[in-house]
Amino acid sequence: MSSYVRYIDKTREYYLAQGYETPYRWAHFDEVPFTPLKKPLSECCITIASTSDVALKSEQNKSDENGHKLIGNVYEIPSDVKATDLFSKQEHYDRHATNLDDVNAYFPVTRLHEFVVRGRLGSVAPYLYGVYTAYSQKRTLEIDAPEVLKRCRENNVDVAVLTPV
Amino acid sequence: MSLVARHLEANGIATVVMACAKDIVEYCGVPRLLFTDFPLGNPCGEPFNVEQQRKIFSMALDLLESARAPRTTVQTPFIWPHGDKWKELFMSEAQPFLDEKATENWQRAKEEYRKLKKEGKV
Repeated sequence: MSSYVRYIDKTREYYLAQGYETPYRWAHFDEVPFTPLKKPLSECCITIASTSDVALKSEQNKSDENGHKLIGNVYEIPSDVKATDLFSKQEHYDRHATNLDDVNAYFPVTRLHEFVVRGRLGSVAPYLYGVYTAYSQKRTLEIDAPEVLKRCRENNVDVAVLTPV
Repeated sequence: MSLVARHLEANGIATVVMACAKDIVEYCGVPRLLFTDFPLGNPCGEPFNVEQQRKIFSMALDLLESARAPRTTVQTPFIWPHGDKWKELFMSEAQPFLDEKATENWQRAKEEYRKLKKEGKV
C-alpha cells in the first residue's frame, strides 16, 4: 500500500507552478478541543455537516440565483430526503479518479437512517447541514461554525459527522 | 470542515470527521478523524459500494465511542480498487485539478468574495 497524498505540499507546488506566489495558509492550531460522548450512541441524535455542496435536485436552478449566498453560509436539507433526490455541485474533488454520482459516498444520509433502524444510533436530526466554502477561515470561525452550532442546538443534536469533499 | 468540527466540539457536541485529505485535517487538528485513502470526493466509501460504505460508517461510530483524547486518527482498511496511480496524477500537468469551467467558477467566486468583503457584506 502506497503512502497517502500530501495535499498541502501538492497544492503549494501546483499553484506555485501556475504563478501564484503566496502559498495558501492552511488552518493550524496547537490546541484541539474534545468532547467525550455523554451517553450511548443508541440514545444520541445525529446530523451531518458537509462542504460537499449537496443540494436538492428539485432546487437545482434556484441555488444559482443568489451567487453571493454561495460564499460561506450554512443551509439545511431535511433529513428524510431520499439520497437519489440529492446531487452535488462541488467541483473541488478528484474528477479524474472518481465521481460524485453517489451522494452516500460523501454525504452518508442513507447510512444514518440504517444505523438508527439497527439501533446503533438513537435518531437522525430533522436537518442535515451544508456549509459553502467561505474563502476565509476567519469567516468560517466567526460566522459559519457558530451558525452550525446554533442550528444543532435548536435540534438537540448530540453528535455530528463532518464530511469535507 | 475541520474548523466547524472544532467549534462544535468546544461547545459540547461530539464530532467525527470522515475525510480523504489526512494531512490537511491533521494539520488543522480535530478531535476525531476517520481517514480513508481514497481520491478526494469519496470519504465515505466507493460510489455505490453500499457494503463498504456501511463498514466505513460503522467505523466512524466506533471512533466516536473509542477516542479518549483529541487528534485521534483511525484509518479504514480499504484500498482504492483502481490502483494508486491517482495519487501521482492528482494536480499534475496531465490532470489539472479543475477544468476550464470550474476554474472560471472558482475565480468568479473569489472575485465576488473580494467585492463583498470590500463592501463589508461578508
